[in-house]
Amino acid sequence: MADPILETRGLSKSFGALKASDDISMTLKPGEIHALIGPNGAGKSTLIQQISGALQPDAGTIALMGQDVTGHSMQARAKAGLARTFQISNLVMKDTVLQNVMLGALGASGRVWRFFSPILSNQSLLDVAEHALERVGLHDHRDRRTDELSHGQRRQLEVAIALTLKPKAFVMDEPMAGLGADGSKRLTGFLDTLRNEAPILLVEHDMDAVFALADRISVLVYGRIIATGSVYDIRANPDVRAAYLGDEA
Amino acid sequence: MMSERYLNAGVLIALLIVPIWAHLADAPYTITLATRVAILALAAVGLNIALGLGGLVSLGHAVFFGIGGYAMGVLAHHAQTYTALDLGIFTVDGTKSMPIIWLVAVGTSAVAAVIIGALSLRTSGVYFIMITLAFGQMFYYFAISWSTYGGEDGLSIYLRNDFPGLNTLIPIQFFAICFAVLSLVLLLQAGVSRSAFGLALNAARQAPTRVEAVGLNPKRLQFVAFILSATITGLAGALFADLNRFVSPSMFSWQFSGEIMVFVILGGVGRLCGPVVGAAVFVLLEHVLGGLTEFWHIYLGLILLIIVQFARGGIVGLLATDRGQHG
Ligand SMILES: Nc1ncnc2c1ncn2[C@@H]1O[C@H](COP(=O)(O)OP(=O)(O)O)[C@@H](O)[C@H]1O
Ligand SMILES: [Mg+2]
Repeated sequence: MADPILETRGLSKSFGALKASDDISMTLKPGEIHALIGPNGAGKSTLIQQISGALQPDAGTIALMGQDVTGHSMQARAKAGLARTFQISNLVMKDTVLQNVMLGALGASGRVWRFFSPILSNQSLLDVAEHALERVGLHDHRDRRTDELSHGQRRQLEVAIALTLKPKAFVMDEPMAGLGADGSKRLTGFLDTLRNEAPILLVEHDMDAVFALADRISVLVYGRIIATGSVYDIRANPDVRAAYLGDEA
Repeated sequence: MMSERYLNAGVLIALLIVPIWAHLADAPYTITLATRVAILALAAVGLNIALGLGGLVSLGHAVFFGIGGYAMGVLAHHAQTYTALDLGIFTVDGTKSMPIIWLVAVGTSAVAAVIIGALSLRTSGVYFIMITLAFGQMFYYFAISWSTYGGEDGLSIYLRNDFPGLNTLIPIQFFAICFAVLSLVLLLQAGVSRSAFGLALNAARQAPTRVEAVGLNPKRLQFVAFILSATITGLAGALFADLNRFVSPSMFSWQFSGEIMVFVILGGVGRLCGPVVGAAVFVLLEHVLGGLTEFWHIYLGLILLIIVQFARGGIVGLLATDRGQHG
């Protein structure tokens, strides 16, 4: 089995008496989509934030391609190849759609200390940015201001920015939320191909999407992973059915 | 209502035409007022880079204004007294050359900004405001106790400093220098805000975690903006000292930091020509209302209240239909 791209060992994080992450060990392997599911408040976003560097764990380690990045800043992890999309869109609202993806392309290039040449005439960055917009289907909106976009379009823009980073791993927190049936279907098809570029750790509520996409699923309940396995295993797992899927599975 | 580009051009043309008219009509005081507007505007343009582009609410920008002023004062003082300036390891002569004074003003402001920025950018919000304010007070009291250079009384310079090829004692010629510097700096700022750095800085102000998530350091971007900002306000300080042929600790006062912030807010935070409009309105009010009542600040306060309540984009925001070049 290939070495994991991303690996957590014994991650724990408490907010006061609440254990939001309880001894979480998991991996993300090359080429896979690993879905993370669980009821609201189970600790999915908390885990994503520790992996991306927005939160420091109380205990445990995080490794990216074998390198321990536990103490590294979000910025350093992004540079090392971790691209994250936020559950609540985190965009430069007063900038245009194009400027937002250009920021991603600029971050990936590292060439930020340029004070005079206009960035929108930098053809190589522009190519990266426009290509990313095309791939998520936002190219027609490139000159709109971001705060004019619908909720779903903002989610797509989050994904487009992640694409410009050409990352080693994607970490996506509920990218389908607010997309509607059509949008979800399109993004599902897109993520299906994206896994060949870099593996995806996917937090998602949309079970159709999860069952269609996931190579493996981990189920998080009260901060603990109660099961990890294939779609088939998880659907059949009695603990999961009791704790989470209920009758709908 | 008009496009911000045309508004900017109109503002600068007006600032140019008034003193030319005053020159022809032999009204030197009006030229001095216009020169004051240009210099105060330049100081506020500096602050606007930190505040409007970088989102850094610095209430200590008088530090850089004062440093620029004292750079001029100290160098010109040694030149006019024919004494050497002892820098500890070596001594240098004073100078009456404006370009050299400007270089020193910009350089020393940059050094001060590196130190102040490195310390104050560890904090944010109210703490950042307080630290910058505290640095302002430190410099203010230092200047008061700096007896070599006049202490509380400040320093008088007998003759305005020299600029190659011009007679700086003729008001319209000195105005031309200040106007040219202001225009050049605005041109540079317009360029920088369209650059890679400008895009990233703008994002760092609005969405710092987004900037981190693409692998950039928002604080470092703001730090560089702070230094750029300080050098421009420092340059304005050197020109201001030359306008008055006088420097005093009041250039370091927190009231002055507040005043240039008022210019920026009045004109429009982050707007290219906001500080120019703000400084012009301020100087006009000071001149017109100040002649009628010594409580003219009350009216200024009222105008400021109205702007903050109803026109967040300042006067430029009220008059311009678009957002100009900043997205
Ligand atoms: N910063 C915080 N401070 C205190 N409690 C928090 C914080 N962030 C999350 N929590 C709590 O931790 C638990 C897990 O939250 P979260 O990770 O957002 O869950 P999920 O994403 O699975 O819905 C919730 O009970 C939430 O209220
Ligand atoms: Mg969540």
